[in-house]
Order: sequence, then C-alpha cells, then structure tokens
Amino acid sequence: MEKKSESSTDEIKTGSTRREFLEQVSVITAGTALSVSLKAAKLPTNRKFYQEEGTVEVSFFINDKKMTLELDPRTSLLDALREKLHLTGTKKGCDRGQCGACTVLVDGKRINSCLKLAGMCEGAHITTIEGLAKGDQLHPLQTAFLKHDAFQCGYCTPGQICSAVGLIKEGHAKTDDEIRELMSGNICRCGAYQNILEAIKEVQKS
Amino acid sequence: MSMIVGQPLDRKDGKLKVTGAAPYAGEFVVPGLVYGVTIQSTITKGHINNIDTTVAQKLKGVLGVMTYKNAMSLHQPTGSDPSSGKFAEKDLLPLQSERIFYNGQHIAVVIAETFEIAEYAASLIKVDYNEEKSVSDIHDPEAKPYQPQQGLGGTSPQAKRGNTDEVLNNAAVKLEQTYTTPVYHHNPMEPHTTTAFWEDDELTVYDSTQGVFGVQNLLSNVLGIPKNKVRVISPFIGGGFGSKGFTWANAFLAPMAAKFINRPVKITLARSFQMFTCAGRRTTTIQKINLGADSNGKISAGKHETTSETSFVDEFVENAGVATKILYDIPNLDIVQNLVRLNRGTPCPTRAPGEAPGTYAFEVAMDELAEKLNIDPLQLRLINYAEKNPVDGKEFSGKNLKECYEKGAAAIGWKDRSDKPSANKQGRYLTGYGMATATYPANRSKASVRLKLYQEGNAVAACCTQDIGTGTYTVMAQLMADALGLPFEKVEFKLGDSTFPQGPNSGGSQTMATTGPAVRAAALEAKSKAIQLAIADKKSPLYNVEESAIGVENGRLYVINNNAKGETYTQLLSRNKMPLIDVNATTDVTLKDGEKSAAANANAKKEPDNPFAKQDEKMDREKYVFHSFGAHFVKVKVDSLTGMVKVEKIASAMDIGKILNEKTAKSQIMGAAIFGIGMALMEGSVYDPNTGRIVTKDLADYHVPVHADMPEFDVQFTDKPDYNISLVGARGAGEIGITGITAAIANAVYNATGKRVRELPITPDKLI
Ligand code: FES
Ligand code: FES
Repeated sequence: MEKKSESSTDEIKTGSTRREFLEQVSVITAGTALSVSLKAAKLPTNRKFYQEEGTVEVSFFINDKKMTLELDPRTSLLDALREKLHLTGTKKGCDRGQCGACTVLVDGKRINSCLKLAGMCEGAHITTIEGLAKGDQLHPLQTAFLKHDAFQCGYCTPGQICSAVGLIKEGHAKTDDEIRELMSGNICRCGAYQNILEAIKEVQKS
Repeated sequence: MSMIVGQPLDRKDGKLKVTGAAPYAGEFVVPGLVYGVTIQSTITKGHINNIDTTVAQKLKGVLGVMTYKNAMSLHQPTGSDPSSGKFAEKDLLPLQSERIFYNGQHIAVVIAETFEIAEYAASLIKVDYNEEKSVSDIHDPEAKPYQPQQGLGGTSPQAKRGNTDEVLNNAAVKLEQTYTTPVYHHNPMEPHTTTAFWEDDELTVYDSTQGVFGVQNLLSNVLGIPKNKVRVISPFIGGGFGSKGFTWANAFLAPMAAKFINRPVKITLARSFQMFTCAGRRTTTIQKINLGADSNGKISAGKHETTSETSFVDEFVENAGVATKILYDIPNLDIVQNLVRLNRGTPCPTRAPGEAPGTYAFEVAMDELAEKLNIDPLQLRLINYAEKNPVDGKEFSGKNLKECYEKGAAAIGWKDRSDKPSANKQGRYLTGYGMATATYPANRSKASVRLKLYQEGNAVAACCTQDIGTGTYTVMAQLMADALGLPFEKVEFKLGDSTFPQGPNSGGSQTMATTGPAVRAAALEAKSKAIQLAIADKKSPLYNVEESAIGVENGRLYVINNNAKGETYTQLLSRNKMPLIDVNATTDVTLKDGEKSAAANANAKKEPDNPFAKQDEKMDREKYVFHSFGAHFVKVKVDSLTGMVKVEKIASAMDIGKILNEKTAKSQIMGAAIFGIGMALMEGSVYDPNTGRIVTKDLADYHVPVHADMPEFDVQFTDKPDYNISLVGARGAGEIGITGITAAIANAVYNATGKRVRELPITPDKLI
C-alpha cells in the first residue's frame, strides 16, 4: 500500500502538471491497483464519465478514526479533508504543490495533500494538524511554535507543523541550514521562518 | 503593580492557530453550502460578444452560471477611503457589462454542488470576444502619463518646497539616477475568500478582509440593502499585506451568487492566475532621483519623480516620494508623481505603499551620493539628520533615530565595512555591508470599544477591528489586563464582527495605536465604576475610601497603603447583585489634511464620554508630527561565480514608541524585512508585452522568500513610549520594517560586488 502511494508521488515529482495528473489517475484507478471500490457499474474510462456519473468509495484512517467516504474521484485529499470532513486545519494555499500549506502526514510521511487524490488513500493512515494533540496535551511542536511565536496570521502554520513532524522523523536535518533547506517547501508569507527554526530545533533537541 | 503590557507573552489566539482550530473565511460550516468558481477574461481589452454556458449548465450538479446577462444590478459604491470601505475598481463592478478592461477580469461565476463540478463546468464555458488594442505596459508609447492630484485618503501626491531646480543646478556635487521596481504581488497564504448566505433579506458574509466594517458598508451600499441587514465576520485572516485592505469583486460575487441560486455560496480565488489578476498588486515604479550637495555632504536640494501605473477603472497612486519629504533635512525638494493607465487590474496598497519602493530608490541614491562624496553612508545620514519635520518645522512626537543607527551599526559590525566595493573576497565569495533608514507615519484614527466586566472576575471587550497576524488579540488583552487589574488569563478581546462597535481597518499600521487607547479607556472606566460602587457601599471594606487611594490587582480592589483592606470584583458585584459592569468608550483623533486640533473636533460631536477617553484624545497635530523611524543594516555574501546573493544577517533597530509585546513586535519587523528580501532579490511579476497577460501566475514562477533564504536576524527597539500619540505610548509596527530594507540589501550587494543594479529584483543574471 505504502509503496503504491509513493509511486504516485513520484509522478508528481517528475513534473506532470495537475491536469495531466488527473488524467493519469484514471489509468491507475482503472488498474484497480489501489483497490478503490467503485460504486458505479463501469470503471471510468474517460473524464466525462467521472463528472457525471462516478463516485468512488474510499476508507481511510483520519487521526486514527476510520472514515468511509463516497467521493467524486477528482476530489483531492485536501478538499476531502476540508470540504467533506470539515477538518479545515489543513489549509489550501495554492492547490498545486507550491506552498506546503496543505501538508499532512500520510502513513507517517509528509505530503502535499492537494497533490493527492483522496481516492488513492484507501487504507492509509492520515494525520492532520487536528490529530497531533492528545486531548488537551499539545504536541511538543505545537507548544514550541506557541512559545517561539512561530507564526503570525497562522495560515501556513498547520502545514509548517506537520512538515516539521515529518522532518524530525526523517532525521536528515542536523544543522540550521539543513532544517531550512528541508522546510523550504512550506512558505510563510508572514515571515515567521526564524521562529519556526527555533521551535523545530527545540523539539529536535528534546 | 506588575505590568502585563510590555511582556513578551504568547499569543492569545496561538493555541487555536497551532491546533488548526482558528476558522478563516472559507472554513465556517454552513448547511447547504455550494461552491462558486469564477471565470476570467482571456483578452486584455475589448468586449464579450457571447458567453455560451449551455454545456456547463447541463452538467449534473451545476446550479447556475452567472454572467453580465443575468447577474443582479449593483449600485455604484461611494467613497474611496479604506476605513469606510473602498472597492478597488469603482468603474468595474463585477458582471455588470460585457466590457473587458484587463486580462483576468471576472466575467462569470459557475455555481455547483461541489468544487470539483464547478471547476470542471468552468472549463466548459465558451467565450467569444471582440478584441481591441490594449495598453499593457508602462513603456507602451500609447501609455500617456498624467499627474494625479489626489492620493489615498485625499493626500496630495505632489509636493514642493524651496527653489529646487536652481539650487540643484548650482550644487557642488550632483547625482541623477533612475531606479525601477517591478510589479509585486502580495500573495498572502490565504487566497481571498468570501462565504455568503441570505436569510430572507438578511445577509451574512465571512470575508477575508483587513476591514470588516468597510466591507459591511460597501455591501450595504453596492447591493442596496440597509447596513443593519448585513453582517460581516472575519475573526482570522490568513495574511493581507494590503491585498485585503481594498475590497475585491469576490466579496460581491459570493452574495450575488447566493441570491442567484438561493443557497449559501463560497468563492475562493485560485492562487494560480486569479490571485495574480483579481486581488491587487504593487505597481511598477520608475523613479528618477536628483540630489545636490556641498562637498561636506550637506544636501541642499533633491527631486524625486515617480511614474507608476493604475488601471482604466480606478486610480491608485503609489506615492513613492512620500517618505523623501520627511527622511532628511533637505531645504529644497520637489516630489513629482506621474500615473499611467494600463489595461491591468487596479493596483492597491502593499505593505508600506509608497514608502517601500520609495525608500528603495532614495536610500540607494543616498548610498551613491555618499560614494561620490567619499563619506561613510551612515555619516551622510547623520550630516543630514532632521531634528524637526523638514516639511513644516514641527517637532517629532518622538524620534530616536540616532539611537537606532548606533544599535544597528554595532549589531552588524559596520566598522568592518570597507568603503571600497568588492574589497572583501574570500575564495569565490564576496562580502558586503549596506544600510538604510526606515520610516513610516504613525497613524491613529477612531475606535469604539464595548467592555463587560463580569461578576465572575473576568472581562470581555469587543471592537470591530482585525488581527491579520499582527497580534491584536494579544496586545489588546494585555492592555485590558493592566487597566482592569485582572490576570491575562481572565481577559478576552474580540474582533472581526460588524456587530461590534466600529474600529479601524488594518491598514497604515494603525490598529494598535487606534484601538489601544479605546480599550484602555474602556477598561479604566469599568474599573473606576467598580471602585465607585465599592466606595458608596457601606458593606464594602472600601466604603468611603478616596478613589485615588484604591488599587486593583489580580481582580482584587484594595487600599494602596493597607493591602489587607479590600475585596474582589466578584465579592463586590455579587453582593450588589450586579452580573456585570458594561461600558463603552470611543477615542477619536481622526483628522483630515487642513483640519484643526483633533481633540477639539472629536469631543465637540460626542455625547458626554468616558473621562479616560477624553484624556487620551490629545494627539496634538498643531505641535507635533507623528512618525516612526528606524534603520536596517545588512550583511550579504555573493557568489562571484553564480551571482547568487545570500543575505547573511539583518540587524534592524526600530523607534516605534513603547513595545507592548516584544514577541509579536519582533515578528512584525522580521516578517516585513523578509518581504524586503523578496523585493530586493527574487520577486517580480512579468507580463507578456504582446498580450498583456501575466506570465508569472503562480508560486512556482513568482518566487517569494522561503526558509532557505533566511539570514540571521537581530531586531532591537528603542522602546521609548510616545505619550504624545496616546497614553498607551505605542506607534504602529506593521509596515516600517519593510521600508529601507530593500535599499540596505541593494547597497550591501554593491558594497560586495561593485555592481550597482538599479532595476529590481537583483537576480543572479544581473551580477554576472
Ligand atoms: S495547497 Fe498544497 S502545496 Fe499549496
Ligand atoms: S503565519 Fe502567515 S503565512 Fe505563515
């Protein structure tokens, strides 16, 4: 499962545009590679079919809770979270993988949820900003962001925090410059970068 | 008394933001909500012959397509003042005619059950145009410059003092240079969003705006409905930087669409293209600077002539010469402002409109002049230091710029700078230092606050202003806590709702300086009422004690020199069976050019008011000019092989009055300086000169600073309260940080490389 989602991210990295990407997905789905169960009688073979007839049913775990959704196959994971599940902590800044506001953790890895179709997440464990705190107990990064004033408007913040969770887990960033480099997919237009760095370093140390 | 104001406290709204629970305009759960996707023109000038929506309309899930043919008629908006609502394009109300004034103009809205369907349906709409020749570039021979007579808020963009031409001619040392800045796009991380729904004739709108009150006013005006039938809500805004200061078409289109299909509608602009065409920008500027000085460096005359762009549907002046008037003691000075109309959307204020590009050009010119004179650039600024306002000789309400120069120079290690450019080379890397002065006016206007002090020992205040990331929630709560004698945890400040008393828009760095005094006055009034209640109450331990002898701390009223004697707000109010004390306060120092004393004006028209408010309306404009100053010092490292510039360190020292919360204030300065890194080194929008269409239409093409671009920061403040502007003592912090920084970086690049790039941004190709 994990492997397959990885391969789809690779395609994005190789530079397909969003629209091409949509079309590619039909191929992947048609191959039933992701075991997405389709409600419609026929497998979708062209875009028109998608718009007017087909929905896909997908089950995944969001913040440890199992959810089953019936979706328009074009729905991005980001829009499924925000518009269908009202988990609006995950933000839409660009809808094309250029800003990082939509960063969530899928099976422990940070991804841009705007570049992932929800229908491809069958069985996946997705953690969003809403799932990081344990009850009233904030995640250490959330506490550190608060303490270091690592945000202003707050719109990039959930993405920065999820990205930082992923970064720390990856364990590649040892120096300030490495943290900066590996956090560069998350834009903060308010310019809280310095404080984000401080927050990440504090949590990394502990 | 332990002061809460001045402490670097964590943000009140911080927990909501780090947990994703803070709701922005597109995140309210509205039953039956559907999605509007707007379609933009693909031509730059002309008109629509036909819009064919039939295929789109047949699609399952499409609820309607709104075009100029079927959209409701709108009323012309009145006024052009952002504080009471400024629609960015007064002659282009959306979907009212077939005319096209720019590429990317909204021409239709598709409304559908889901976002996916709406987006797809939008792609099925066919538009047939009649195209005309457009004016799409500032250098276009068809672009005819003219001199505007009015800038934002009625200010004059043209200015003159002394006898500039003659003095310039006779000056011993002369400088004449032209500098250009490109179009910049604000790109707040939250794209402009409006959610709207009607309940009978009442409209509710969630809008990402820097001026909630202004949007309410405009909607009432433009839709032709009474103000009390429009409610605008905006508790959180995902950045604005000026782009959400004026109101854009999305704020009208959502309620129009909601009426059109009788369902709640949400419209969010797409980052790609739409945020670059329908949400404002900072215009190109071409700035010609002349300076004349004697051989000792005393500047005798200057000229700052700017040409910027506006649209054919409104007028916006990027008044780049505005700061030049006040920066230095230059006796003879001409400020000239030209405008050119282009077939583009209307530009709008961008963080420090005027000052940001203006201080770039002027402060680079100062660096060039210093070199000509063989004087240290910092020294040149000290030689021409303005002790009084050079415009009218008035005193500054508080100016400690020399202290800023000292602090910044020490922090960067200015003494390590070589006067000779490209002298500092290690391997392939060149190091350079640059500095510039920062300046921004200290604005303050009118705010009303309602405050409730509850029996339970907590207080809530409300004002219709905004927190665009600047810290309003937090700092206002700090002021409340101190004035009421309550712990920080027991006070709450509410904002962003048009049902609250009117407060300022978040523009011109005025939120703090305007709202703060009203909050303070309301809180002091509530405390005083409680004290008076105790004094008159036989059962109170404070019965008959002098008011001045009573203090309040931690929610407990007590006799100052006999701490044991006292009682809590809770004891006092519950014994008196009062659930709460409810007060209102308004402070108003609004003053248009040419008006007399602010206080007199404001008080004359007011009902007998809270004495604390009256006390704080002095802001004597007869005597003082209210302006903030500061300095940026920058160290850069340039790779001589690739031309890549890395800002190594920014040391900023700001004189902005009292610092109410150092944490949020520092964040403001750093954030603004980072905007400056973008302006100086990487940002710039490119338009296709043939079609007039934007080329850099998303964040892959338009580069904003990211983590990897970050230098080390050292932000310092003079922290000298300015009690001439208000008894709170604070001037604004939002914009000053972006002034001067671009020049300081450009000057550092010159010092490193010996290459003077006068055309921003300084991309590597210009250095190799
Ligand atoms: S919204 Fe996904 S990267 Fe910007
Ligand atoms: S906090 Fe506003 S964009 Fe990062």
